[in-house]
Amino acid sequence: MNFLNLKKLSILILLYILGSNSYAGWLDLNMPKGVTDISNEVYGLHMLILYICIGIGVVVFGAMFWSIWAHRKSRGVTPATFHESTKLEFIWTIVPFAILIGMAVPATKTLIKMYDTSESEIHIKITGYQWLWQYEYLNTDVSFYSKLSTPYKEIYNQKEKNVNYLQEVDNQLVLPINKKIRFLLTSNDVLHAWWVPDLALKKDAIPGYINEMAVVIKEPGIYRGRCAELCGRHHGFMPIVIKAVEQNDYEKWLANGGKAESTDLASTQK
Amino acid sequence: MSTVVKDTHHEEHPSGIMRWITTTNHKDIGTLYLWFAMIMFFIGGLMALVIRSELFQPGLQFVDPQFFNSMTTMHALVMIFGVVMPAFTGLANWMIPIMIGGPDMALPRMNNYSFWIMPFAFSMLLSTLFMDGGAPAGGWTLYPPLSLQTGDAFPFLIFAIHFMGLSSIMGAINIVATILNMRAPGMTLMKMPLFVWTWLITAFLLIAVMPVLAGGVTMLLTDKFFGTSFFNAAGGGDPVMFQHIFWFFGHPEVYILILPSFGVVSAIIPTFARKPLFGYSSMVYATASIAFLSFIVWAHHMFTVGMPLAGEVFFMLATMLIAVPTGVKVFNWVTTMWRGAMTFETPMLFAIGFIIMFTIGGFSGLMLAITPADFQYHDTYFVVAHFHYVLVPGSIFAIMAACYFWLPKWTGNMYPETLGKIHFWLSTFFVNLTFFPMHFVGLAGMPRRIPDYSLQFADYNMIASIGAFGFGFAQLIFLYLIIKTIKGGKKATDEVWEGAEGLEWTLSSPPPYHSFNTPPVIK
Repeated sequence: MNFLNLKKLSILILLYILGSNSYAGWLDLNMPKGVTDISNEVYGLHMLILYICIGIGVVVFGAMFWSIWAHRKSRGVTPATFHESTKLEFIWTIVPFAILIGMAVPATKTLIKMYDTSESEIHIKITGYQWLWQYEYLNTDVSFYSKLSTPYKEIYNQKEKNVNYLQEVDNQLVLPINKKIRFLLTSNDVLHAWWVPDLALKKDAIPGYINEMAVVIKEPGIYRGRCAELCGRHHGFMPIVIKAVEQNDYEKWLANGGKAESTDLASTQK
Repeated sequence: MSTVVKDTHHEEHPSGIMRWITTTNHKDIGTLYLWFAMIMFFIGGLMALVIRSELFQPGLQFVDPQFFNSMTTMHALVMIFGVVMPAFTGLANWMIPIMIGGPDMALPRMNNYSFWIMPFAFSMLLSTLFMDGGAPAGGWTLYPPLSLQTGDAFPFLIFAIHFMGLSSIMGAINIVATILNMRAPGMTLMKMPLFVWTWLITAFLLIAVMPVLAGGVTMLLTDKFFGTSFFNAAGGGDPVMFQHIFWFFGHPEVYILILPSFGVVSAIIPTFARKPLFGYSSMVYATASIAFLSFIVWAHHMFTVGMPLAGEVFFMLATMLIAVPTGVKVFNWVTTMWRGAMTFETPMLFAIGFIIMFTIGGFSGLMLAITPADFQYHDTYFVVAHFHYVLVPGSIFAIMAACYFWLPKWTGNMYPETLGKIHFWLSTFFVNLTFFPMHFVGLAGMPRRIPDYSLQFADYNMIASIGAFGFGFAQLIFLYLIIKTIKGGKKATDEVWEGAEGLEWTLSSPPPYHSFNTPPVIK
């Protein structure tokens, strides 16, 4: 820990408070905006609530600090004796209630959109195992396992860590952009949770259950996520990597049995 | 209630260790609870430092991931059941009979049992660290099927939880019986100090939900050893049902951990503002509303299990509603300070620190209630930051505030004020250094309960680890200060604080062995 990092932190906190998102450092600190319409809405909700909270905080803490400064015994003030006001109590019950309704309406709207999995064109079944993921492209022959590819030497500090340390896998989940994709989630052993922040998707994989969620990815790219539900010893070591590609690249990949990605099913099942 | 014992033979008690083993005195038992919590605080704190050491840098340096999971699990169990709950029970034991003008707790022998179960429960729990298969590592939430993978430790874990529950239920029954039966004539319910009110409500929560936890963990036990399939999908059971049962206990439990803090802060703020508490009755109603709401919001811990849309919306709205009574409390405290004549002794500093940082935890709680955004926050360090803000500078700061506030009363000696202030400022600085960066790593995508992380999270984890060690060492000041104050110091007056109101300040410092042998006159 050096001084530089502390300085960086304080600057970043300042940027966070200022709420300016034109700075690069911003992205390291905040929820990602993501690459779907819904992830952008979720980001918007997050920022809305954050600003409301900051606003309330400024008012309440402002009043408090003013009081701490002005109403000190050392300034020779005599304490007032008031201790009740039905009017005040009424106001500060009703006003927060109204603010909450203002939050609940957009939140519910977004939630309804998130729950809409109808008219999906691609269906992928995801199964959690201790400690890897299986992806099955339904109605095709493509099915593979995806597990951490970071070498043990990096984990045990015998080798320098690469930039994608603990967020790289042997077989990436290849998905097309601008298509509605439905994921079906289950687990073969304990609970897991499949989470990719850039898609604003997180859902538990539960044995005996099939959970579903849907996504339309807007931009090609590599999106990384992690298991988010404690699943035992290697819970921290079962990442998710999505490669979002153009529709025709996806079709080529699929026609090739999902093997254009140097996928070797036999070798991944070891 | 009618016989008032006039002779003084009750003042006598065995000396040495037998005094503490056989005691039925509310003050002695309160002291036992508080020291027990103190010991557990350092044990749980050491576990936290193991966690923060491993997370100081990316890569695995010190412990095996399995042991890391044991540490997160045990840290939570120890801190919740071994620190915050016993500490508040200790405060209740010490203060409630005095505050209501009674001679002692209503059920003194049961009081003794409910304390002495605790050391056995925790010996059992901590002994699992040395067992085959290691200590429980499935998280304090004990979600099956993972928790069923626990080794030899499993039955010990379950029975330890049963014992803790038994102790809590007996303690809670005792507190309810005391408050409802032992009040001095004229001490009507709406004249009781808020600490008594918050504890009355907390005690009802405990009686309501501890049996639910006991039921849930018993089903885990039979699933593991007797072939039942309550939570085993392959046998027709339902792993999600455990989560519903657990959080039906777990959410009221969260308020069990915080409501007595509200009582403590409501006693301290008016004292040092030299002005009566603003909105006493609205505080009582707000506490009761929070307690009621705590029973209908449990599934907000489970937004990602795949509940139907209607369930998600209901639990989101009900959860957001809690912000209203909680807000009322904060507004009342601020208004109590408003136009007072404040001084800032250590208890006041901790109380103000509580209000500010608990409110920050409340804000992140409100953010977590928003279901679509919760999908991004759930099970990340954002959640870790949230609940540590309400529990450490929340509950723990309130407990410390209470200790500083009443220590002169308990011991008859003033604590060293400067040292207390140093303790406060160091704790506040380091608690924020530890937990504030966790908001950022959580939002940036770091899940909780992982022993190793990718490189983008490295800076903030390092800062959090430094903060954790600083906070841990700052608590040694607290320990030293308490021992020093017990041993001696400037004599405290009966009133102790200039603006003090309430029956405890009418007794001598330290108070007599039996608080009020004849009921005090209530104005």
